[in-house]
Amino acid sequence: MSATTEPAAAVAAPSPVVRQKSSTWRHIRYVLSENPVTLFAAVLFLCFAAMAIFGPAVAPYDPLASDTIRALEGPSRAHWFGTDQLGRDILSRVIVAARIDLGIAVASVALVFAAGGLAGLAAGFFGGWVDAVVGRIADTIMAFPLFVLAMGIVAALGNTIPNIVLATAIINFPLYARVARAETITRREAGFVDAARLSGHRDGVLLLTQVLPNIMPIMVVQMSLTMGYAILNAAGLSFIGLGVRPPTAEWGIMVAEGASFIVSGEWWIALFPGATLMLAVFCFNLLGDGLRDIVDPRRRT
Amino acid sequence: MTTALLELESVSKRFPIGRHGLFRRGHVPHVHAVDDVSFTVGQGETIGLVGESGCGKSTLVRMITRLLDVTDGKIWLDRRAVSEVPAALFARDDDRGHIQMVFQDAGDSINPRFTAFDAIADPLRRLGGLRGEALRARVEEAAVQCGLPVELLERFPHQLSGGQRARVGIARAIGTKPRLLILDEPTAALDVSVQVTVLKLLQQLKAELGLSYIFVSHDLNVVRLLCDRVVVMYLGRIVETGPAQAVFDSPAHPYTRSLINAIPRLDGVRHTEGRLTGEPRSPIDPSPDVCRFYGRCPMGTDRCKTEMPPLHALPGHRQAACHFAA
Repeated sequence: MSATTEPAAAVAAPSPVVRQKSSTWRHIRYVLSENPVTLFAAVLFLCFAAMAIFGPAVAPYDPLASDTIRALEGPSRAHWFGTDQLGRDILSRVIVAARIDLGIAVASVALVFAAGGLAGLAAGFFGGWVDAVVGRIADTIMAFPLFVLAMGIVAALGNTIPNIVLATAIINFPLYARVARAETITRREAGFVDAARLSGHRDGVLLLTQVLPNIMPIMVVQMSLTMGYAILNAAGLSFIGLGVRPPTAEWGIMVAEGASFIVSGEWWIALFPGATLMLAVFCFNLLGDGLRDIVDPRRRT
Repeated sequence: MTTALLELESVSKRFPIGRHGLFRRGHVPHVHAVDDVSFTVGQGETIGLVGESGCGKSTLVRMITRLLDVTDGKIWLDRRAVSEVPAALFARDDDRGHIQMVFQDAGDSINPRFTAFDAIADPLRRLGGLRGEALRARVEEAAVQCGLPVELLERFPHQLSGGQRARVGIARAIGTKPRLLILDEPTAALDVSVQVTVLKLLQQLKAELGLSYIFVSHDLNVVRLLCDRVVVMYLGRIVETGPAQAVFDSPAHPYTRSLINAIPRLDGVRHTEGRLTGEPRSPIDPSPDVCRFYGRCPMGTDRCKTEMPPLHALPGHRQAACHFAA
């Protein structure tokens, strides 16, 4: 039997490393060009990322400097988003707040991915008592109204940013544990798991090196979706006064402060941070769909 | 017969049913998946393992490949009792690379996130400790031996045809230079035309590399063609063994006879003689005094339900577990 019995690739590969890298980029470009909504979300995401990274440097004014003479001015050329009751520039505050809001979201999603993802992976793979323990923990958390639980955690542990991160992570734990568990169960009996055992991998190792990469697409989508939810949660806690404290620039606080001015006609104080918040949540939700296409190798052509 | 490479000595596997609760006492029922199975695989020999679904073939194969611990009995590889090493620790064992397997569905058995290269390289990295150029050279050698063009190595499994995937699976299995290769219906998922080329490849590899095969298959024509000896299983027990040609020409056990009669023929003549009716007996705590085939057997007598027929020797290196086999 020779190699000619089945069609061979016509073109010989150049260096495989280079080829793989360029094919990944080609694939990302392909997904983005196929799907303008994902492209839009990606651009939006880059804007938010830039705001979070360069925030204080690009903000036109000091976000904390009050100028009471110019308080409650509507949008103008000098202050695009207007000024608040203390005369602080709202645009600057919206930009600077991106770092803290996105920071909390990223930290909590990373935390819950590590904890919930691994717990779900182990529960799905090993079953038995591991599954029972993880399942009961998730059930217990789910038994609470989640936002109220987050409020309780922050109220009990103290009003600090690490605690907001922790509370956001805890309320998302069941979601991650359950998705990871369900995805793992469908792969536990797959032939490639046995093949990995025959290749000399022990169960704990193959779980991380072979099963985890296969559930990553769905986990990444999950991360992007909960990212939006985590931003909302952080802003919500701040809105009710349990999160970040004034005068720190933060979208939730700004909406809360602006809310009382809407009735008197100063709509811009609440609207702009609120709209930014909405856009951020929207962006991460859209990005989730696009990411699934990018990270799933079966979509590659 | 040549020297034995693999020896199974009264291997059994029983699975408990239901949970062992804190408050549950007394007898826990067991499924007897594999019961008192003994046979040997000689150096360079091909053994066919046949039997209907649920007869314990897969459980037996998982024990031989050391993915599953035996409940009773011993498995010897080249006079070493490999069954003494727990399955969970066998991944690090020196003999891990010597017992390899070609899976039934090559698509399912290759990690979808691995390229063909990674799939073949995985056992070599882990078990052979190969890296870099040496690894690449060995992977390419294995691929070429299996008729897989080197250009395809950078492809993902979903970019390969069924036949190509099967070749990746075979290349992965022979990479670590195994002595025993278990083929679990290696052609079941393939087109008939590709089946032939893959079977030819397996024949060729066996001759080149001096492998021993355990060939699990439903396709009795293939077993007849490729195997030196066959082991026929029914409900966890061996009912007949012997040289393939002899067993197919004159089956001694009524179950083997009905299996062979069930092979579809081109002349369109259906052999209704010996066709099985009824359901197999329950594998849960089966009575040790009743023949496992009793109830479906066309020859069953009162003796069959009071005395389990042992596997006894017949002329011509054959064995059968039937009171009426001679």
